[in-house]
Amino acid sequence: MTDLSTGATYGGSSVGAGETHAAAGPDVDVVAVSAVSAEQTRALTVPSTPDLSVFGADIVVKAADLIARYPQSRSALLPMLHLVQSVEGFVSQAGIQFCANQLSLSNAEVSAVATFYTMYKRKPCGEHLVSVCTNTLCAVLGGDSIYQKLQEHLSEDGAPLKHEDTSGTPGEPGSITLEHAECLAACDLGPVLQVNYEFYDNQTVESAVELVDALRRGEKPAPTRGAPLSDLRTVELELAGFYPEDEAGYRAIIDGPSAAVETLRGAQLAADRGWTAPTMPETAPALPEVEKK
Amino acid sequence: MTTAENAPAVDPVTPVLTKRWLSPKSWQLGTYEQLEGYTALRKALTGTPEQLVQLVKNAGLRGRGGAGFPAGVKWSFMPPNEDKPHYLVINADEGEPGTCKDIPLMMADPHSLIEGCVIAAYAMRSHHCFIYVRGEVPHCIRRLNAAVREATAAGYLGADILGSGFDLRITVHAGAGAYICGEETALLDSLEGRRGQPRLKPPFPAASGLYAAPTTVNNVETIASVPFIVNGGADWFRTMGSERSPGPKIYSVSGHVERPGQYEAPLGTTLRQLLELCGGMKDDIPLKFWTPGGSSTPMFTAEHLDVPLDFEGAVEAGSILGTTAVMVFNETVSVPWAVMKWTEFYEHESCGKCTPCREGTYWLAGILQRMVAGKGTESDIDTLLDICDNVLGRSFCALGDGAVSPIQSGIKYFRDEFLALCDQNKAPAPALAGAH
Repeated sequence: MTDLSTGATYGGSSVGAGETHAAAGPDVDVVAVSAVSAEQTRALTVPSTPDLSVFGADIVVKAADLIARYPQSRSALLPMLHLVQSVEGFVSQAGIQFCANQLSLSNAEVSAVATFYTMYKRKPCGEHLVSVCTNTLCAVLGGDSIYQKLQEHLSEDGAPLKHEDTSGTPGEPGSITLEHAECLAACDLGPVLQVNYEFYDNQTVESAVELVDALRRGEKPAPTRGAPLSDLRTVELELAGFYPEDEAGYRAIIDGPSAAVETLRGAQLAADRGWTAPTMPETAPALPEVEKK
Repeated sequence: MTTAENAPAVDPVTPVLTKRWLSPKSWQLGTYEQLEGYTALRKALTGTPEQLVQLVKNAGLRGRGGAGFPAGVKWSFMPPNEDKPHYLVINADEGEPGTCKDIPLMMADPHSLIEGCVIAAYAMRSHHCFIYVRGEVPHCIRRLNAAVREATAAGYLGADILGSGFDLRITVHAGAGAYICGEETALLDSLEGRRGQPRLKPPFPAASGLYAAPTTVNNVETIASVPFIVNGGADWFRTMGSERSPGPKIYSVSGHVERPGQYEAPLGTTLRQLLELCGGMKDDIPLKFWTPGGSSTPMFTAEHLDVPLDFEGAVEAGSILGTTAVMVFNETVSVPWAVMKWTEFYEHESCGKCTPCREGTYWLAGILQRMVAGKGTESDIDTLLDICDNVLGRSFCALGDGAVSPIQSGIKYFRDEFLALCDQNKAPAPALAGAH
């Protein structure tokens, strides 16, 4: 194909051609749409055939396994996107194509789904994904400060990391993708952060910095609650529904700690004070009579 | 004297769902069986589906996911025939800001949910149940998968459960990060492998739900309550709570209190009582505002310490009960800032399907950001309220309604703080967290 002039590809639209309404000036009350570079426009518009060889025979078998779990095949799409993410560390164009092939969907149908959900990442991620809750309650307890500190601390060039930026080379040991997250449903333990979706509760700026430094050194500090820390790809495989096949390995991840002191506070208080729910009848009461239909 | 006056007072904390959490390895089948696990299932299978629906109706169990719809009534909407497969779907997409009850329940006591699922599925003639769990909690998902595996091996799941002839499969399904999937029809679309966007109702899921087949969607805490109702009976369940809001409820207390955590107490417990349980306000800094059940429920203030936190009490006081996610904020927190943060959340999580919510949350967040940055004007307050009027009740689903709750209630109780952010009203004020 000859050199495609940018802008010509969308039926003559000027997308990516440089001039955007950002040129309208700073006092105009609109958020400027960032200009798409010529290179990005090419990537978006020039048809390409993604290389699916990264998805080996074992992944095809797993995909078939997922489809068999549901009455209708398309229901397997969300787990399958977790599966492709476990292979590449993100959902690539090849991953989209792979899912589409397995489920007889179009690439557009799969892309529409992959872009809707925040857990599907569209660019390569680090060995670990660090998610800091910055929803109101965690934020006020220190989540905002933690996120801000990590943005600076993980920076490699002095500029603070942005949402979903990676420190280090994606996929390499010790690399970390940082994101801010919405409520992670651990509000009594706030501020919380997650590494590969395992909970680290009651964090401070100092403990969070210590944690990411340990991750960069290749260590895997144990989460407050959850399985021993692995890496993002391993967790994605579990989210797809695949677990270690040996019993010992399986029990090891199931039996990790889960009940924080906070979780048990009410029950513990009741036990200490001798408080209970009203006693149930000795024998379970008979089920109510209903008219035969 | 009536029997009610003779009845012994109920204790301030009534662990039912949370009681087993204290046992070592509470998530394993062996522990669960030692603690009366699966005894309710044996009993339920001796009855008919109609009897179980009636039992849950008699108990007055109301949905614990936020809306409070009577569970037995919801179950009774399922058609009696089985022309199409029936589905039971468990909404475990816990994500409402402040809410943190279902995740610990599924981690600590997954079998109580599984047992509830089998009983509920039997009552609704369903042979395939899905548990839709938000993706960000792999440990919960592991525990549920392990519980399904154990229960299947023990004959509590699978074909011909305990010799009853009843078959049930449970599939644990991980979501992928979208608050909107907690809305039941969006959840169903997501479970079908689509973008999680809500559907028009009617038809309601009982008529046309998953794969257009009869479906009931219930919250985790609702279904986990069912085995206790089978074992204790409707009258026992009603010894806790009030006439119209019976039973125990997990109150998740978080924020500026001494001992945040999960406190299971009878419905109708007040914040004053909850604060006593959790040691009062942290460092004795006074209470400023709080939510009775997540950010989508209009906020309360110190005036509301004695509001009974049940479905009726919260509504009478101008809010809703929601998920009983009690977030407590002290005087150091700026209300406009907190409202802005919540609004940014709704903007991010709006699915984009309907215009009022998609555009409304975008502009609401923008205006609040401008105000918090100190560039607001008094007319911004009117604009906010005007947009709220155009989102509330005009959006496709309840996300829009939830999005305006913090703004409307925040301005109602703390208008002065919003005014203080406006250019012409800037006065030297004590520094509030977040309001820079």
